Amino acid sequence: MDRPLKETVYSPDSELLSFGKLLRSMWSDLLASRELAWRLLIRNISAQYRQSLLGYAWAFIPPLFTSLIWIFLNSQDILGVADTEIPYPAFVIIGTVLWQTFTDALNSPLQSVTQSKAMLSKINFPREALILTGIGQVLFNFAIRALLVVFILVWFNVPVTDGLLLAPIGVLALVGLGTMIGLLLTPLGLLYQDVARALAFGTNALFFLTPVIYPVPQASWAATLIKLNPVTPLLVSTRDWLAIGHASQISGFIWVSGLTMILMFVAWVMYRISMPHLISRISS
Amino acid sequence: MSDEILVNVEGVSKKFCRSLKRSLWYGVQDVSREIILQKRLHPELRKNEFWAVKNVSFQLRRGECLGLIGPNGAGKSTLLKMLNGLVKPDKGRICMRGRIGALIELGAGFDPILTARENIFVNGSVLGFGRKEIKRKFDAIVDFAEVEEFIDTPVQHFSSGMKVRLGFAVAAQMTPDVLLIDEVLAVGDASFRAKCLSQMGKISAQTAMVFVSHSMPLISRVASSILSIDQGRTLFFGNDVPSGIESYQTTIQTDQISSVSSDYFEMEALKINSIECQKNSQNAKIEFGKPFLLEMQLRSRQATPEFSAMISFIDIESKGVAQVYSLTSGQTFKHETETFRLAVRLQEILLNPGRYFVQIALIEHLGAARRGRVLLFCRAAAELTVTGEFVGHSPVQLIGTWNSDD
Repeated sequence: MDRPLKETVYSPDSELLSFGKLLRSMWSDLLASRELAWRLLIRNISAQYRQSLLGYAWAFIPPLFTSLIWIFLNSQDILGVADTEIPYPAFVIIGTVLWQTFTDALNSPLQSVTQSKAMLSKINFPREALILTGIGQVLFNFAIRALLVVFILVWFNVPVTDGLLLAPIGVLALVGLGTMIGLLLTPLGLLYQDVARALAFGTNALFFLTPVIYPVPQASWAATLIKLNPVTPLLVSTRDWLAIGHASQISGFIWVSGLTMILMFVAWVMYRISMPHLISRISS
Repeated sequence: MSDEILVNVEGVSKKFCRSLKRSLWYGVQDVSREIILQKRLHPELRKNEFWAVKNVSFQLRRGECLGLIGPNGAGKSTLLKMLNGLVKPDKGRICMRGRIGALIELGAGFDPILTARENIFVNGSVLGFGRKEIKRKFDAIVDFAEVEEFIDTPVQHFSSGMKVRLGFAVAAQMTPDVLLIDEVLAVGDASFRAKCLSQMGKISAQTAMVFVSHSMPLISRVASSILSIDQGRTLFFGNDVPSGIESYQTTIQTDQISSVSSDYFEMEALKINSIECQKNSQNAKIEFGKPFLLEMQLRSRQATPEFSAMISFIDIESKGVAQVYSLTSGQTFKHETETFRLAVRLQEILLNPGRYFVQIALIEHLGAARRGRVLLFCRAAAELTVTGEFVGHSPVQLIGTWNSDD
């Protein structure tokens, strides 16, 4: 033969036992999945709003409306939020957009994989593509919302600083953290719908423990909880970069980002090795 | 190199679970075992589990085509999924060499809202084509699928046949070393099936194929060897295609032989070549090419009009393959006596060796070619097995007089 044939072996042994081989195939599948991920991303984006009148506006209508409600409630002195460094409407809208991006990323892996069940159980394609597609979609939707943020920054005359250059890193970290947690939960979530339900409910609860609509509280019992929340440093730093140019929680930001990267790798390995088992349990 | 083994399956088994709750929990267990580096998966059956595929082995070389046959639920699709790496075997080892293509479900990944054009690109990438590759093959795909007019129509407005055509057209562009095909040709009209088969024929020399189908004529046409499985276990594996197909036919639950009677007639005895077929559901065996004699002993329950008789041979797939009609020989019957005998004789039985059911119909004759009431009908009055050395892919094997001149 003119070329050596690629040999693929399927056996019951754990793939983790030949870790080097696993790493190599993870890498090659990641490379191989780029093209497919791009294709699926285009497919999802073009299909997402095709059967809709308002189309892409749906990317920022929900965060805009929730923000308006918070702004209204605060203006009526129902919330009593402490003073923020930038006008409260700008503060809330930026916060809500960032929070929405985080929860999008959190839900994305389980959602994309669940939607592709039929494909997963029929075709052998690099499974990484689904996750990459999910990330791409989250970033795309953020990009639309970013227009809203830019508009708000200009409207409220927030001064332009070098922090704007760091803000994209903050957004990536938020997306990374969300994707990582979502991906860790995906194998179990494919088997049990409890995960999806808990995720929906947990996200709501976490919202109130994250300084989205209020600034980081000073010393109090709640402040400790809020501090332990990994989303806090990422969201607060990113908003700081956008609004005032320097981040107040930079060390927390670095810690959480580093941990995210390590756990992301763990989640990826788990996702890969569990997939054949999950398919045999969920496929018809 | 025709002797290179592209597919090597050694003692492969796969468990399934009957209960959903348990199945999910076993799934959690299996994943955990992988994570804690267990060498093997749980090797024994747990509660509510059964072997969907049990200890199956075979080898396949380039240029060969394995016909994988078995009744529904035999484990064919599970085996294909393991070959394709979608699910892991619980026991055994599978070694696949080269690029693997699978036609397991065509058009998986089609988005109903997107147009055919967009879906071709998506489906192509899912199957592992690059963008340039698809662009280059785009016209060939559209041409093959015969969907030029609808290329910018959302796929949700396609008929199911059109979707399958489009799916196959994309998949047909693959040039795999190993091709797995799971009963995808059953849909689609005759001309498209013919197209698919000729496409498969084109690549068959360079490919090792595993072909799943319930159509035995198709299997005996394309397969060079047979793996026949039932309830996960191998019934037959080898190059002897006729024997393989025969082993499959024994697994099929078909019509029960039923006794024959109606308001007009009651069948008291039915003999084929002197074997009583009705009383104890005996299977009549006739060697190919030998004479066939069917005798009925009938009792009439009321005065009957003039009638004609039709005997049909129904194959295992419920298709009528041959019939003998008394009107063809210009004969009708009318009986005054209460019991009488009705018989038909064939000089030689030319049915392709295999299992058949004998269908009997007695039809009121109204003169000319007009038919009246059906006086007696039985779909499976007797079972007939035609034996023979050679099994063809056509239901009838004619015997010719052959000549050869210099």
